[in-house]
Amino acid sequence: MSRFQRTLIGLFCAAVALWLVAPTLIIVPISFAEKKSLAFPPDGFSLQWYANLIRNPEWSNSILNSLQIAAIVSVVATVIGTLAAIGIARMKPRGGGVIRAILITPMIVPGVVMAIGIYAVYLDHQLVGSLTGYVAAHSMLAIPFVIIAVGASLSVFDTRLETAAASLGASRITTFFTITLPLIAPGVLSGLLFAFVTSFDEVIVALFINSPSRKTLPVQIFASMTRDSDPTVAAVGTLIFLLTSFIIAAGLWFGTRRRRA
Amino acid sequence: MADKERGAAVDIRAVTKTYGTFTALDDVSLRIEPGQFMTFLGPSGSGKTTTLNVIAGFTDLTAGEIQIGERSVGNLPAHKRNVGVVFQHYALFPHMTVAANVAYPLKLRRVPQAERNRRVAETLEMVRLTDFAHRHPAELSGGQQQRVALARAMVFDPPLLLMDEPLGALDKKLREWLQLEIKRIHRELGTTFVYVTHDQEEALALSDRIAVFNKGRIEQVGSGRDLYDRPETLFVGRFIGESTVLRGPHELRGGETALRIGEDWVSHPGQPVGSGRQALLVRPEKISLLRPGAVTEDGLNTLPGLISEAIYLGSGVKYEVTLTDGSRAVARVPLTDEPFALGESVIVVWQKQDARLLPDDGSSEAAQSGEEQ
Repeated sequence: MSRFQRTLIGLFCAAVALWLVAPTLIIVPISFAEKKSLAFPPDGFSLQWYANLIRNPEWSNSILNSLQIAAIVSVVATVIGTLAAIGIARMKPRGGGVIRAILITPMIVPGVVMAIGIYAVYLDHQLVGSLTGYVAAHSMLAIPFVIIAVGASLSVFDTRLETAAASLGASRITTFFTITLPLIAPGVLSGLLFAFVTSFDEVIVALFINSPSRKTLPVQIFASMTRDSDPTVAAVGTLIFLLTSFIIAAGLWFGTRRRRA
Repeated sequence: MADKERGAAVDIRAVTKTYGTFTALDDVSLRIEPGQFMTFLGPSGSGKTTTLNVIAGFTDLTAGEIQIGERSVGNLPAHKRNVGVVFQHYALFPHMTVAANVAYPLKLRRVPQAERNRRVAETLEMVRLTDFAHRHPAELSGGQQQRVALARAMVFDPPLLLMDEPLGALDKKLREWLQLEIKRIHRELGTTFVYVTHDQEEALALSDRIAVFNKGRIEQVGSGRDLYDRPETLFVGRFIGESTVLRGPHELRGGETALRIGEDWVSHPGQPVGSGRQALLVRPEKISLLRPGAVTEDGLNTLPGLISEAIYLGSGVKYEVTLTDGSRAVARVPLTDEPFALGESVIVVWQKQDARLLPDDGSSEAAQSGEEQ
């Protein structure tokens, strides 16, 4: 390959990389804007939009709501998803494959389709805007991620270790907590992180089922964007960007880190 | 440890295990005495590992009963049987150190910390791994890992220790050394050992008694010597040690049974076993080879043949001789000044009573060699 070709490929890759991250990076400078405008590049520098996040109850409440929902969802989805993944791994490949496919559908079905269905049911049962409603809907969306992450860990788990534990006197439940769980922990942990993020930045279903008294952060952002051009959106975007990048990176790190082989 | 309660007896009574239409164990009965070193020997798929799994509680029975220490364990799950198991694949817990692996069964039994540490140290010393206590299994060699597995299986003083081809994955040198270690540990513990292997040399080296498995049944139970000198079936005779098997039509001649091999007749001072076809089994060291024309005495069987293979063994030479009916005789003879050459005509000679007359099960040699794995 000539030097020229290599340079050309390098430039092309750089352009694609820029194209992928540019929208994210643009919000960072905007969040420090001095005037109430989403213009890019911004004029001046201030931290007022970050301060607004804390001072304005609309923003701070939605952040707290989102954190609360995501925290509960990550636990619920991780417990259910882990149990499901173990069950699927124990089944015969054919039956397990069918059940796995069913459980993973929330990841494939378009969000808006799910949202309509959920909204219709929630209206009838007074679940719109309730904590239970958010947790149930988001858990359903997060469970597939847990199943996939835990399933990957289980595929390299040697079930003969469980037989060995039984021979040493461990009941099934003891075996699970002392042998199985520690060895699939990387998968469980990355599943938990993915579940948290799935709930935290979910917007479509949340738009349908939110109420004025309980809004999640993405809904608040959406509402704010359609009302005026408030750089608080950019400030919250920057924070979410940092937080999710960190969580996803941690998730990937735990997920790919093999146990001492 | 040696003054602790000795090993438990194991009583296997009419145990059958089927998988769909496949019968893995067919009405197997066997008693293992306390403190005995019992080996299950047989080719792969013969039922020896299934029997072990049934004793351990990993596999449930289709019919029959198992008693360990005079207590029926039919409904007892594996984790309540208090039986140590050593697996071919070690099955060490990769997230725990060697010491934690060995302490695991003691923790489950809520042995206090101080005593736990003492017993772990004691057991690791017994398998000579004291210096490796704080390593992880991945940092050990195969032989070391298997010794950790052994330590873990015996640290809680089970009255019965099951071993499923524990040395199968190791090389020959290491295997022989570990055989001696296992033998020593068995002597020191006084625990009942049940050992599964397809390697007849290993079985002979280790065992008090050997149960030979074939097609889900036990063919014969006895000491290594019994099985080698007095096999009751052709399968056992061929599976243990080397042998020459002669087959042919037989008739009774004055209290002796005579078999026709090619154009010649050989005889055995005994009655046919059963009513079917008969086979004669001769061990290689019972056979001597003579050059044609040599004088032979009465009471000997002789068959002509051609040397087809000569293998130098150090202590002697193993000759393979092709007989006139196409079958193959094996003789192990001391080194002589005049060795036989390939293709040379020889006479195969043995004392009539040195052979074993057995019913011919008609099976081919390859199917019984046990080398299929």
